[in-house]
Amino acid sequence: MASPLQGRANNINMRALRFLLQKEFRQIFRDPAIIRIIFVMPMIQLLVLPWAADYEMKNIKISVVDHDHSPYSRQLISKVTASGYFQLQDYTATFNQSLIGLEKDKSDLILEIPASFEKDLVKENEAKLFIAINAINGVKANLGGAYLRSIIQDFNREVRLEWIQFPRFSPEVNIDVVSSNWYNPQQNYKYFMVPGILVILVTMVGAFLSSLNIVKEKEIGTIEQINVTPIKKYQFILGKLIPFWLLGLLVLSIGLIISRFFYGIIPTGSLLVMYSFAAVYLLAVLGLGLLVSTYTSNQQQAMLISFFMMMVFILLGGLYTSIDSMPQWAQYITKINPVSYFIEVMRMVVLKGSGFADIKNQMLAVFGFAVILNGWAILHYRKRA
Amino acid sequence: MKQFFSFVKKEFYHILRDKRTMFILLVMPIVQIIIFGFALTNEVKNSKIAVFDNSKDIATTSIIHEIDASRYFDVVQNLHTYNDVEAAFKSGKVKLAVIFPQSFNEDLQHFNKAQIQLVADASDPNVANTLTNYATAIIMSYQDRITNERKLPYTINTEMRMMYNPQLKGAYSFVPGVMAMVLMLVCTMMTAITIVREKEMGTMEVLLASPIQPLKIVVAKAVPYLLLSIVNITSILLLSVFALEVPINGSIALLMLMSILFTLTCLALGLLISSATNSQQTAMFISLTGMFLPTIMLSGFMFPIENMPLPLRIISNAVPAKWFYSIVKSVMIKGVGFEMIWKEVLILTGMMIFFLALSIKNFKIRLA
Repeated sequence: MASPLQGRANNINMRALRFLLQKEFRQIFRDPAIIRIIFVMPMIQLLVLPWAADYEMKNIKISVVDHDHSPYSRQLISKVTASGYFQLQDYTATFNQSLIGLEKDKSDLILEIPASFEKDLVKENEAKLFIAINAINGVKANLGGAYLRSIIQDFNREVRLEWIQFPRFSPEVNIDVVSSNWYNPQQNYKYFMVPGILVILVTMVGAFLSSLNIVKEKEIGTIEQINVTPIKKYQFILGKLIPFWLLGLLVLSIGLIISRFFYGIIPTGSLLVMYSFAAVYLLAVLGLGLLVSTYTSNQQQAMLISFFMMMVFILLGGLYTSIDSMPQWAQYITKINPVSYFIEVMRMVVLKGSGFADIKNQMLAVFGFAVILNGWAILHYRKRA
Repeated sequence: MKQFFSFVKKEFYHILRDKRTMFILLVMPIVQIIIFGFALTNEVKNSKIAVFDNSKDIATTSIIHEIDASRYFDVVQNLHTYNDVEAAFKSGKVKLAVIFPQSFNEDLQHFNKAQIQLVADASDPNVANTLTNYATAIIMSYQDRITNERKLPYTINTEMRMMYNPQLKGAYSFVPGVMAMVLMLVCTMMTAITIVREKEMGTMEVLLASPIQPLKIVVAKAVPYLLLSIVNITSILLLSVFALEVPINGSIALLMLMSILFTLTCLALGLLISSATNSQQTAMFISLTGMFLPTIMLSGFMFPIENMPLPLRIISNAVPAKWFYSIVKSVMIKGVGFEMIWKEVLILTGMMIFFLALSIKNFKIRLA
């Protein structure tokens, strides 16, 4: 049975927390620069950056060295440029001239047609073409080469048809590869990137603001004043946590509105699932920030450490490159990386419409992080200088 | 001059005494190189795929075998009904399904025509695209082999040469990018913050009241970070040569010189940010969200610039890292000399002068 005295004590505890929250909110909203930065910067990034993240190869710049100047070589060149993947950068007289273009990054790929191309093809039954690709970006080089090769094969087939009267069935073997893309049939990269970038923005705002917060009081010296009040440790931490938790959810909401109206992304799954996960996730991220804050002595340190962790988390979070192609040790790191869980869940909810049942493992993991990190932060925070 | 050096010394003490910060500044580039070099690859390796073989004949078996044997794919599942495809994707492990129709080999032998269906999980369109392309290439080379066995006339042979990076390693494009990122971070963010910090703590008043010229105070703040950056550049280059086996094909002196030029540009940018802000949090957010993400995304090392829509291609020109990235690629990997990069050098120098002039103009001797 709760005694009236205990009830009063609870009441006082609640009031202390309320005052703390009031203080934190005032502090945040009095700094217009911070407000601008919290809301405007992420939004601009969300509006701009998804357009950059597109791997689909187009406009591969090609430089042609045509020593043959025959009808066939011209046909081939026009077939290449008409394909849509390649953009004819220049015609040069020698391979070396084209190579300079490649060195200067003016072109990505050189197609050299030898002098006797048409003659060899018709008389000798065999002709050669040379392709040189700038392979510094390996993936791009690989795909560019494959596109060009398939165009040349097509061209080859046309040439054969001109010369050979084929029997009823073509003697050429032809395997027809039909491909289809599920879940994102238009291969719209933005459906994939926008939820991921949104996660990064929410994470950055949450983790950085919370990690800088306590340490700022330490640096300026105001923490002393708090330490001499009867405020309990958990109240102090909660007072720091709740405002940023709300701000994080607000950033998420604004981001979702932008992705709805600007990118036309309507989550297939339910918003309730997304927000529930985000709520738990933010607790974990904020806990991490607070933990950093309790361990450091000035803002510069706190910022660098949280930046360092964020960088590893974001890069290994599966936003830019798929986790499956990482080596085993890196995949283990992604298991203790809250960011990778949130990115995964956002994509599952937005693209595949997954529900609570599908994301329960991720939810459990992130909840675990939240408990451990916040508990650790409260334990480690000392009420003395 | 002596005054100036004692200021530089003071800044060094600031950095050297803060062991945690020092440690992170020096270790960060190493960790980044390791992450980028080993963990972050766009190349697809051992992707799990499922096979639904309705035909089970010589041709399908050997195609499946070839796909499985390539380093891109691992066949992990044999499906028995079309509905299994969906289930395989939902479980999240399988990224691609290869489906053979009935009597595949018969069609191929008698009609010279057969069909294969590839179904990709396109929730990650990049991976889907790449996987489909690789699988198609394997199937096509199988087709070519059958065709060649029949000795067809009028054949065009294509000889392909991968320049600069014959093994198509990801590190060749990541190392220059990481250099740009680390320098941007250490120089821009750290200078911006150290100056604003003095403002926030109130010690700026003291410094400004000292007999040394205000401008020298600010320059003295930048010197330690310049030296720190040189250490970082060296460690990045050593790691990339010895751990990642990315060669330095051009002149090392030129590469160092260019890195110093970029460092100076970043320092100037840091000064500009610090002159425009009053709190560490603001300075940090501007350098972070304003510099870091655009540096990753618009410098061309993560995503090719030529694929972007026109407005972004124009914006990317304002990102200093883009020009530095291009310089490092040219000097380090292509091994070309100054005559190939003078344009980029000119642009970077111009940016540096612009930032510097603007921050001198904004620099206030009196605090509010």
